Amino acid sequence: MTDLLYGDIEEELRRAVRSVLDDLAPWSQVLAGVEGDDPYDAKLWRTISADLGCAGLAVPEELGGAGASFREAAVVLEELGRAVAPVPFLGSAVVATAALLEAGETELLAQLAAGRRTAALAVPFSTPPGASFAPTVRAEDVAPAGERPVAGEPGGNATLTGVVRSVADGLAADVLLVPADGVLYAVDGADVRRTAVTSLDMTRPLCDLVLASAPAWPVATGHAARRALEAALTTGAALLASEQLGLAERCLETTVAYVKTRYQFGRPIGSFQGLKHRLADLWVSISQARAVARYAAACAAEGDPDTAVAVAVAQAHCSTVAVRAAEECVQLHGGIGFTWEHPAHLYLKRAKSTSIAFGTPDRHRAALAGLVDLPL
Amino acid sequence: MSESTADADDLRRRVHEFLDTHDPGSTEPLEFLRARFDAGFAWVHFPSGLGGLDAPRALQSVVDDAFTAVGAPRNQAERNVIGLGMAAPTILRFGTDEQKSRLLRPLWTGEDIWCQLFSEPGAGSDLAALGTRAVRDGDHWIVTGQKVWTSIAHEARWAILVARTDPGVPKHRGMTYFVCDMTAPGVEVRPLRQITGEAEFNEVFLTDVRIPDTDRLGDVGQGWAVAQTTLMNERVAIGGGAAPRESGMIGMVTALWREHPELRTAGLHDTLLRLWVETEAARLTGMRLRQQLAAGQPGPEGSAVKLAYARLNQEASGLELELLGEDGLRYDDWTMRRPTGVDFTRRSPGYRYLRAKGNSIEGGTSEILRNIVAERVLGLPGEIRVDKDVAWKDLPK
Ligand SMILES: Cc1cc2nc3c(=O)[nH]c(=O)nc-3n(C[C@H](O)[C@H](O)[C@H](O)COP(=O)(O)OP(=O)(O)OC[C@H]3O[C@@H](n4cnc5c(N)ncnc54)[C@H](O)[C@@H]3O)c2cc1C
Repeated sequence: MTDLLYGDIEEELRRAVRSVLDDLAPWSQVLAGVEGDDPYDAKLWRTISADLGCAGLAVPEELGGAGASFREAAVVLEELGRAVAPVPFLGSAVVATAALLEAGETELLAQLAAGRRTAALAVPFSTPPGASFAPTVRAEDVAPAGERPVAGEPGGNATLTGVVRSVADGLAADVLLVPADGVLYAVDGADVRRTAVTSLDMTRPLCDLVLASAPAWPVATGHAARRALEAALTTGAALLASEQLGLAERCLETTVAYVKTRYQFGRPIGSFQGLKHRLADLWVSISQARAVARYAAACAAEGDPDTAVAVAVAQAHCSTVAVRAAEECVQLHGGIGFTWEHPAHLYLKRAKSTSIAFGTPDRHRAALAGLVDLPL
Repeated sequence: MSESTADADDLRRRVHEFLDTHDPGSTEPLEFLRARFDAGFAWVHFPSGLGGLDAPRALQSVVDDAFTAVGAPRNQAERNVIGLGMAAPTILRFGTDEQKSRLLRPLWTGEDIWCQLFSEPGAGSDLAALGTRAVRDGDHWIVTGQKVWTSIAHEARWAILVARTDPGVPKHRGMTYFVCDMTAPGVEVRPLRQITGEAEFNEVFLTDVRIPDTDRLGDVGQGWAVAQTTLMNERVAIGGGAAPRESGMIGMVTALWREHPELRTAGLHDTLLRLWVETEAARLTGMRLRQQLAAGQPGPEGSAVKLAYARLNQEASGLELELLGEDGLRYDDWTMRRPTGVDFTRRSPGYRYLRAKGNSIEGGTSEILRNIVAERVLGLPGEIRVDKDVAWKDLPK
């Protein structure tokens, strides 16, 4: 039976990540950061990725990783979600890492695992699992098989031309993994024109990419390329549920703390049954989100045959719960919850964005209809 | 080999040794069940001598599987939900040695069916307001009052009963918990017909019923604390159960959906998929809860599971009727019967729809459960209490 609990090592990891986040990423800091120009918090990322070794959690030890799995990475994401932390963990340590692992790539993977470089998958953040290669990027000047230079050598073996919109964690990525014409290519970040997008989620700014004959190296071709893209999207969607869980939990905690201390009509507003019941229902949904997110992470980590169903359920459920938690957080804080100074909006923007990321709940339900034989 | 696999293998071996000397095919069923109890294979987490082996609860499934595999006589647990799920853990926790050895074996074997004499006309959600009186008479108690909504009282040999022993103190303090012999003079059971047409539950009139003091569970005045143990276990029992995907109410709807393409519409499709996701989420939550219990980390998620189960049963059965369209207008049978248990699968969709309405009332209403989650889990302020420091006899009724 799939283990849905947290092991001792996972709890230890959680404590370590949380204490770093408490130190380096309190809300005031995150809020100040979104007004600056940095795509993410470099110091925080260094600490989490390299010092704590989180970037390599899912990477085998012989490739320089921690030899854990995506289960442990999911625990890190719970904590990052709680803090709406502005770091490229999801994009680099989960999505790009899953693609490289599946493709059997080792060199770049080792660099990502060590936290020395970051990579991002060049697809719109809203791309759901099962998506095919987008036609917006074309490969040209493809060198014939046999004449392929080794990845990383200058020149590349193809050039890519095209546009990709709304890429997550791509602004500062050292390498972009670009699916084009059925091949998954690696492109050096410096060779891509990147425009920061004014994003709904200010803590995970997106970017638009323009490739103009950018030199590219194949990471995977044919079947392997399709599998790598699918692994990236599926693992991303599976683990995003854990980020959503952490976010929802933090929203509930903050709201519960507030309604205990805010007095109106001579009583704490948390004593009004209309609010108590809403918060109790939210707690129920979050308890379910935990079971569902753990299941999806375990399936993704083990390559379970039930992964597709687990991911669709996790995204359909956790997206909805995260948005509801953030919306309740704003509403139950009243006017203060509507202000820029209060962090509630950071959570709302993150929650709503994640509900679209890797496909909306409705798309995941539609996918499920096919997976579990409930056609219209 | 991990320790638990070793334990499981050892247990399986012991069950097979037991089966060597107790042939499941030829032993008289009741004799077999009694012997199984005496061997500690009834509920392994109970103490030795009381049907258990002091073993982790998680190992029960190993034992159950081994007995099921050989087609051993069953104790028909579904007929004695209150006995097994609520009375037994309460007796184990608060009973005297004499009570435990007298009551638990026939309870487990199914010889004694149990019912729950808690609710009264004036005391439902506010159970602590109950007014059934128990007055001491030497080494007996004389009990008089009226209970209501008593499921399966017409089948029961024993009841768990809470009665008021001191009306002069605030309500939570003046109650005492008993086990009540349903065949005792003065116990009268009358069926109460419910919205499904049948009568699972009853009203029970208690008139000068003599209960020996040896049938008191816990101290005089401690009834509320004892009842809490019962209620906690009730919610786990109602929400618990390991279930495969698409079992229960949602399975009825998905089967119908697959068999009848002509009934499908886009709107119903959307509703069905939403329900499917929520049901799967609730199922995984139940699975996680059981893993927590097995790992000795009981969490408050039991309330979450019960709340979700009530709502999902209601929504799925409602959807089933809509999906059926014209056939949803028909009902199977309004005859007044007195069933021995609840079976959602063997009756019509209309029955399921109606019976599911009870899920958010029985075992604590969904509103009360939300209060409990809000107060005990989230730590939100309690409801305003006008009755806390008032003697029970002075409360408005
Ligand atoms: C099928 C079925 C089987 C049952 N079997 C048994 C049994 O075997 N033994 C037994 O003892 N009892 C049994 N019951 C009784 C059940 O426990 C009670 O019906 C239940 O506790 C509610 O009590 P009540 O009916 O008096 O409703 P009330 O308590 O009067 O409640 C009426 C409404 O008010 C709401 N309400 C009450 N107080 C609050 C509050 N503080 N905040 C918000 N809302 C509130 C309730 O949620 C409900 O919606 C059974 C009930 C059913 C439906």
